Amino acid sequence: MKDNKKVTITTETTWKEITPGGIIYEAGNAHNYKTGEWRSMKPIWNSEKCKQCLLCFPVCPDSSILVEDGKIVGIDYDHCKGCGVCVEVCPFKVFDFVKED
Amino acid sequence: MAIRERLSGNEAVATAMKQINPDVVAAFPITPSTEVPQYFSQFVANGSVDTEFVAVESEHSAMSACVGASAAGARVMTATSANGLALMWEILYIAASSRLPIVMPVINRALSGPINIHNDHSDSMGARDSGWIQLYSEDNQEAYDNIIQAIRIAEHKDVRLPVMVCMDGFIVSHSVENIELLETEKVKEFVGEYDPGLDTLLNPEQPVAMGPLDLPPHYFEHKRQQAEAMKNAKKVILEIAKEFEALTGRKYGLFEEYKMEDAEVAIVVLNSTAGTAKEVVDELREKGVKAGLIKIRVFRPFPVEELRDALKHVKAVAVMDKADSFSAAGGPVFVETRAALYDAETKPVVISYIYGLGGRDVRTNDIMKVYNDLLEIVETGEVKSVYNYLGVRE
Ligand code: SF4
Ligand code: SF4
Repeated sequence: MKDNKKVTITTETTWKEITPGGIIYEAGNAHNYKTGEWRSMKPIWNSEKCKQCLLCFPVCPDSSILVEDGKIVGIDYDHCKGCGVCVEVCPFKVFDFVKED
Repeated sequence: MAIRERLSGNEAVATAMKQINPDVVAAFPITPSTEVPQYFSQFVANGSVDTEFVAVESEHSAMSACVGASAAGARVMTATSANGLALMWEILYIAASSRLPIVMPVINRALSGPINIHNDHSDSMGARDSGWIQLYSEDNQEAYDNIIQAIRIAEHKDVRLPVMVCMDGFIVSHSVENIELLETEKVKEFVGEYDPGLDTLLNPEQPVAMGPLDLPPHYFEHKRQQAEAMKNAKKVILEIAKEFEALTGRKYGLFEEYKMEDAEVAIVVLNSTAGTAKEVVDELREKGVKAGLIKIRVFRPFPVEELRDALKHVKAVAVMDKADSFSAAGGPVFVETRAALYDAETKPVVISYIYGLGGRDVRTNDIMKVYNDLLEIVETGEVKSVYNYLGVRE
């Protein structure tokens, strides 16, 4: 019974296959939805300048600053909206903030 | 044996709700539907139902509570009228697009302003594009029968849409008429236990999220799927009517045809005015005039092909709307009926009458005037006026 209707909805999914009323059968599926497409500005993290003070990652509204073993490792561009909060917050001016192509 | 009773329209509807014994009723009082939740709350208080009755602070909340309860997996009902329905507006669309089978009697009343509590169809006609199925009822019997069938229609796996069961405020809601009720066990057997399926908010086996954000890549597909459910509803409504007929002997279709076989002039109408108009048809028939009548029961989905077939041989048709959609080109039933005839090879002249707004009385002599206008068109071949107002002081 469990998860018997889980479907991955893509831009190819037809009206016959889509779930009724937009029902979602899987928790946390926003992960699969690439909201980063909306971005017009892009933060570039420069690893060599980073002091790993970790002030940037808690302010990201989209949890897009990737942390592994207590260290910043990069940015999840599938979900980063380019809001620039991390750029403003970094005391060491680590980020470049550039126009999205 | 069926139970013979004398009930007002509101009592009939509340009785159907008692026999159905839904899981949740959330309602807010508004004239002329107030008695429905009033009677029903008595049934809750005296233990004749085990429904959770939610007393809310507005109709917006009533429909919101219905949406939540239905999404949770409950069988849900409410009732409203006029401005109450208007206050539900936003949530009507959410109920339909979330595919929640809520059943709601709508006791038709004029929308303000100016403020008026009497009958016309401006409330439900305004909600005609909200995605709800709409059934109309001539009298208390039809309202009762439609409510019972509506549960099955709404919950059918090929439909899963909410249903409004409309009847005329005061004219039917507050008039006591004879009625044949089904035994409660038979109603329970007919509607069955509600099976909401696995997709409910309270099913720990399969956690789901409902009503999510749906942006341009997918919203259109959901709307197309919703439209298909409305298409499917036509067949389902007829199947359930057959079953209901086997149980009660009372026959229901998408619309009722009264003396239409050889009719040359006909009126298309909703709800209680059909009763007045049938009287006029009988009178005309006695004089040898080939008059007929169509009373639409199912307005959503709209029975396009069926109406076309029923009307294409008639010479002149008057469509009567108890609501003005202010298009400056006739009422909503007129517009859709006339459009349905566009593809017919032979087609009648179709004219519009807006009538009875704000409870303006409609008598047999008013209806007779409409038939006389149609007969004059047939005789002279000349249409003096397509868009007409009946019973207004000129
Ligand atoms: S730009 Fe905004 S969304 Fe992107 S990583 Fe920085 S804080 Fe997060
Ligand atoms: S705020 Fe700046 S220095 Fe601190 S972790 Fe983030 S990028 Fe590195």
